[in-house]
Amino acid sequence: MNRKAGNVIANILKYGVLIIGALFTLMPFLWMILSAMKTNAEIRAIPPVFFPSKFSLENFTTAWKAAPFGRYLVNTLIVTVFNTIGVLITTILAAFAFARLNFPGKKVLLTLLLATMMIPSEMLLITNFITMTKLKWIDTYQAMIVPWLASVFYIYLLTQFFAQIPDALYLAAKVDKCRDFKYLIKIMIPINKGPITTITILNVISNWNSFVWPLLVTNSREMRVLSYGLVQFQTEEGSAYELIMAASCILVIPIMIMYLFLRKYIIEGVTQSGIKG
Amino acid sequence: MEKKSMKGYLYLAPALIIILIFTIYPLIRAFMLSFMEDYNLVNGSYKGINLENYIDIFQDRHFIKALTNTGIYVVFVVPCSIALSLIIAVLLNSHIRFQGVFQTIFFLPYVTSTIAIGIVWGWIFNSDYGLLNQLLSWFGIKSIPWLTSKQYALPSLIIFSIWKSMAFDILIFLAGLQTISEDLYNAARVDSTPRWRVFWRITVPGIGPMISYAFVMGMINAFKVYNEVYALFRGKNGPAGSANTVVFYIYDKFYNQSKYGEASAAAVILFLIVLGLTIIQRTLTGKKE
Repeated sequence: MNRKAGNVIANILKYGVLIIGALFTLMPFLWMILSAMKTNAEIRAIPPVFFPSKFSLENFTTAWKAAPFGRYLVNTLIVTVFNTIGVLITTILAAFAFARLNFPGKKVLLTLLLATMMIPSEMLLITNFITMTKLKWIDTYQAMIVPWLASVFYIYLLTQFFAQIPDALYLAAKVDKCRDFKYLIKIMIPINKGPITTITILNVISNWNSFVWPLLVTNSREMRVLSYGLVQFQTEEGSAYELIMAASCILVIPIMIMYLFLRKYIIEGVTQSGIKG
Repeated sequence: MEKKSMKGYLYLAPALIIILIFTIYPLIRAFMLSFMEDYNLVNGSYKGINLENYIDIFQDRHFIKALTNTGIYVVFVVPCSIALSLIIAVLLNSHIRFQGVFQTIFFLPYVTSTIAIGIVWGWIFNSDYGLLNQLLSWFGIKSIPWLTSKQYALPSLIIFSIWKSMAFDILIFLAGLQTISEDLYNAARVDSTPRWRVFWRITVPGIGPMISYAFVMGMINAFKVYNEVYALFRGKNGPAGSANTVVFYIYDKFYNQSKYGEASAAAVILFLIVLGLTIIQRTLTGKKE
């Protein structure tokens, strides 16, 4: 066998493995979307039919009406928007302090904060749940927003970027009598737009997908977020899988679209978490 | 650097207050609760300070089951995900077309709601109408009761979790591979070193820290598995608790049974496991650098 033929075979194998892997990854997404367009008879066909006889969005409207998904969506958006604004404020201020200001106990404090990243959040939920009960915050927006307003990982990530900005810029600003806060707003934030966008997107995704905490701290239907609404919908609908799949799409597709447009930022942020450990 | 002042704390205050109330305090509190026998949430009373909660959970077969399940889960999910991801990442890194498209596809599960896609997997695993049994029937395999039998509940969870965890592994392996110098590969090519040797001698050591990181993160995440179970088994922990996990056990104890002490004791055990794994990982990567 000559070299050329060997290369062709190697290429076929290479792309073959990648394509099979990609199909395995995409399969649940495709199956979700295809199932969401089937009729109940098609869902219950044995053997299963792969493609719906006609592509209709009827299941989406039926599901949307069968449960208050509009309300769930609004709740999810409220929690996501307010939590993300809060997280950005705490993160930017703290990262500025660690990267630029000098204060007693700085090193010890940073080490302590980094150590808290090792604590599994599952361990904290018990007491935080008790705290919510004592504050009478159960079934409120603040219960879903406030406990997660600070993230050590984001603070650490942004501190690294803030620290890369040369001292000269800060000293020049000082000469111009630019105060620290103004310097942060006018110079640091615009220069670090990239990492701040990354943090925003990662935080939006984690809010959108969060499930356990909203499940613990909300009771009423009016306060449910999308993920909790979806599992309730599944319980109520039982085996109407065409509707359950349509409802799953409501949760999955918006993030999928956001990911397609902003994947550069997401991948960068997650890679950082891997490299920094 | 300018002189020290307390101004830094002004900037840190918002983050510190939140972390103190919702991370540090609950951490200390969880340790305290774990030693309080029969803690009562309403009036704050307890019978005594002792090891009763720890003794109780280690005598509880549900907790032991949760731990053994996690053990089985780790042994299958972590190595499978790492091996498959390594293959995909190496192929992705070998000057292929559509690299961006493939990478976008492979990372998709990471950003997707575990609850929503877990419900989809539940539908795929459905024994009567599910896609998986249909595909298997082409190979003459009879219908398997994936989610409804004790025997297959854990394997179902493992398949779903491998699918889910590969996204992260592929991403960090690819990032690691891209840091390996092209010169090393070129030198190997000049010496016409066999490919498998290049893989074991250059590629694997080059991303060694990434592999060990993926290993430890995989194990830590395995101990925290909850959403996956909830979505697959409709809020249950599998038929007759056959897919019980440590976190499922903790939530069940405190949320459904109001046994705060035992839940905290189990949470402390979880914390110690995660801490131990993190320390091992830090030492491993520390030595390699």
